Amino acid sequence: MLSDFLPIGILFLMAVAFAGIALAAPHLITRAHPTREKMLPYECGIDPVGDARGRFSVHYYVVAMMFIIFDVEVVFLYPWAVAFRQLRMVGLVEAAVFLAILLVGYVYLWRRGAFEWD
Amino acid sequence: MSEVRTEEMVLNMGPQHPSTHGVFRVELVTDGEIVTETRPHIGYLHRCFEKHAEHLQYTGIIPFTDRLDYLSGMNQNFGFVLAVEKLLGSEIPERAEYIRVIMAELNRIASHLMMIGHMGTDAGAITPVLYGFRDREYILDLFEEVSGARLLYNYYRVGGVIADLTPGFVEKTRKYLDYLERVLNEFDQLLSENKIFRGRTVGVGVLPPKVAVDYAVTGPNLRACGVNWDLRRDEPYSIYPRFKFDVVVGREGPGVVGDSWNRYWVRVQEIRESAKIVRQALDGLPEGDFIKAPKSIRPPKGSEVYHRTETPRGELGYYVISDGTPTPVRVKVRSPGFVHISAIPAFCTNMMVADLVMAMGTLDFVMGEVDR
Amino acid sequence: MSQTVVVDIVRIAVILGMFLGCVAYLVWVERKLLGHIQIRVGPKRVGPYGLLQPIADFVKLVSKEDLTPPNAHRALFRLAPAIALVPAILSIAVIPFGGTIRVLGREMPIGIADINVGLLYVFAMSSMGVFGIALAGWSSNNKYSLMGGLRSSAQLISYEVSLGLSVLGVVLLAGTFSLREIVAAQHPIPFVALQPVGFLLFLMASSAEIARIPFDLPEAETELVAGFHTEYSSMKFAMFFVAEYANLVTVSAMAVTLFLGGWNGPFLPGPIWFALKTAAMLFLFIWVRGTLPRYRYDQLMRFGWKFLLPVALLNLLVTALIVALSGGEG
Repeated sequence: MLSDFLPIGILFLMAVAFAGIALAAPHLITRAHPTREKMLPYECGIDPVGDARGRFSVHYYVVAMMFIIFDVEVVFLYPWAVAFRQLRMVGLVEAAVFLAILLVGYVYLWRRGAFEWD
Repeated sequence: MSEVRTEEMVLNMGPQHPSTHGVFRVELVTDGEIVTETRPHIGYLHRCFEKHAEHLQYTGIIPFTDRLDYLSGMNQNFGFVLAVEKLLGSEIPERAEYIRVIMAELNRIASHLMMIGHMGTDAGAITPVLYGFRDREYILDLFEEVSGARLLYNYYRVGGVIADLTPGFVEKTRKYLDYLERVLNEFDQLLSENKIFRGRTVGVGVLPPKVAVDYAVTGPNLRACGVNWDLRRDEPYSIYPRFKFDVVVGREGPGVVGDSWNRYWVRVQEIRESAKIVRQALDGLPEGDFIKAPKSIRPPKGSEVYHRTETPRGELGYYVISDGTPTPVRVKVRSPGFVHISAIPAFCTNMMVADLVMAMGTLDFVMGEVDR
Repeated sequence: MSQTVVVDIVRIAVILGMFLGCVAYLVWVERKLLGHIQIRVGPKRVGPYGLLQPIADFVKLVSKEDLTPPNAHRALFRLAPAIALVPAILSIAVIPFGGTIRVLGREMPIGIADINVGLLYVFAMSSMGVFGIALAGWSSNNKYSLMGGLRSSAQLISYEVSLGLSVLGVVLLAGTFSLREIVAAQHPIPFVALQPVGFLLFLMASSAEIARIPFDLPEAETELVAGFHTEYSSMKFAMFFVAEYANLVTVSAMAVTLFLGGWNGPFLPGPIWFALKTAAMLFLFIWVRGTLPRYRYDQLMRFGWKFLLPVALLNLLVTALIVALSGGEG
């Protein structure tokens, strides 16, 4: 069982090695010649005003929370889908109840305008 | 407890930015994805056109006018020579009048094609701009035939034009106009009827007619706001009264009057109208001289004139003062793009960054004429 | 044991090499195709038909100055491309490219690994990519990057829900997470015939996941210059680029595996069928890129949450109902 994952482990090592070499290669081949202008954050050729790391819109956090809620829902549905052939109608009813509860949250989010951006 | 608010971020768009259409800089105050304030900055392409003009003879100024709005050089030439002819009070041959109108309208088509293509790019569709280039290419070929240049024509002269039409020009142009009709339908399919494109433009960047008039917005941008005003019809110059064409005005559905959709749509329709004018001009093209050059271009001392024409971008005015020498004392340009940019803060607020790009893109300014 | 490991290593190295080669040439294919869509010729200078273009690009990128902006968070800035690239490569591990093949007297499945939770593994890997993008956007300390990074994160996680739901119908029909068994379950009829809605949902959600037009907001160049990788140069930029195209290949391969019957097909050997179908999917993605404009951010969010998610749930329930009523035989 675990040996199934061995090739993935090997691939992981190869991928990491590939990434490592790619990160290191330019340093071996070329040399950076930094100047003040080159090292400025790109802002269309104007010296940037202020720092980029301010507080940003709360809406992004809302999206993240919605994701957590609905992705957990999907995660619950995964084993259900695999076992569905054994569960049949019982499974269908159970899933319907589960989704109905989530639907309440979904409708709430919809009506609160969480999916809108203004 | 004080309210925690998103920090406003000051973001520069331009001068080196893919969607400011030249070296234009606009400072944005953003809150998340929403733009709350815009501050345009110009001057990156200033070339002292007006000062140059004070040291050049009238004919020598014409090639400089090409470089104002480099997407419609013919129209820029046209306005200037008309202003000077008004000073001199000179008559020009019939054939020259027709050639001038043909060139100006073809150039309007070329310019609008570029604008339509670039609107696609602003919306994220990468293909239309190349189709626009392809179709503009034929017009540039025609221009190259008659003037020798593809972008900066220096074709109009006081008293006419520098060269006659080449043999075969009329047929080629007719063929092109037939082709153009098909191509415009292609644009309609690719953009006008695309659901995503409509979603990106309908109701976006609505410029209310009152604001537009207050800021002296002109040209297709003004007409998209529902204001029926076209200098070619309302203050006719050259031989425009002889031609039948409709002035296209923004309308409700699918867009809202004054939005980006209408600014786009008005231009698409104007291509069709320009094609109509060119056809009529080709039909009526008389034989004869193409230039009747005045002996010397010395407008009377102290005479001054303001002459405005309808370019693809709007009202282009030349204010020329003469002191009786072959060199003007002062040439002032009223460029439509400059006025349009000044209107940006008035209507481009509280919209998303992506909408701002669309709204600015549809104003269709060329920095060459804004900064001069 | 040690011999098995050596065989494994060689096999994986070969597959990885082929995969990266495909990714490199996908860039060429895309540029060529887009060129022809746009009445240009595309790359043609480097080698015949521009075939050496990917190599030239690589040489150019590797010899570029590798800059880290002084205000950036150095460690995260350097780590971010690796975080984007490694999962992109890893997700090919479970995709079955064909049936079995005899090597050195042993039956071997064509593919890297065959695990019983293959589908979950692919989703796990694909959702790792968002970390690379979010970290890149934040660590660059550039406003365009930050906005690009935030947008991408919000977009990727929004569409991940619908993506996960869109394939559940397939899981329901096949009753397994193993990609090999899912392919086997499609032997006479590919699932696209039974799950047409699921297939379309998968296409839309996955275009958003890999940030292709019309959902390419993270890199909306007309607004955000280059989005989250504005500050990246040299190989770090190349790594994001490779990750992006690797994801495109993976998504196409997944669409083939889940909906188009995988390597199944008459006459030709399995891997060839697989390659042909994947190429067709890639063509579709490139074609769409040459045609459509881009959604606006709020339209994208609305589309994902208000349309894709409910339709995906409905599709799942209807599928379940049909399966339950038809006695579980699909």
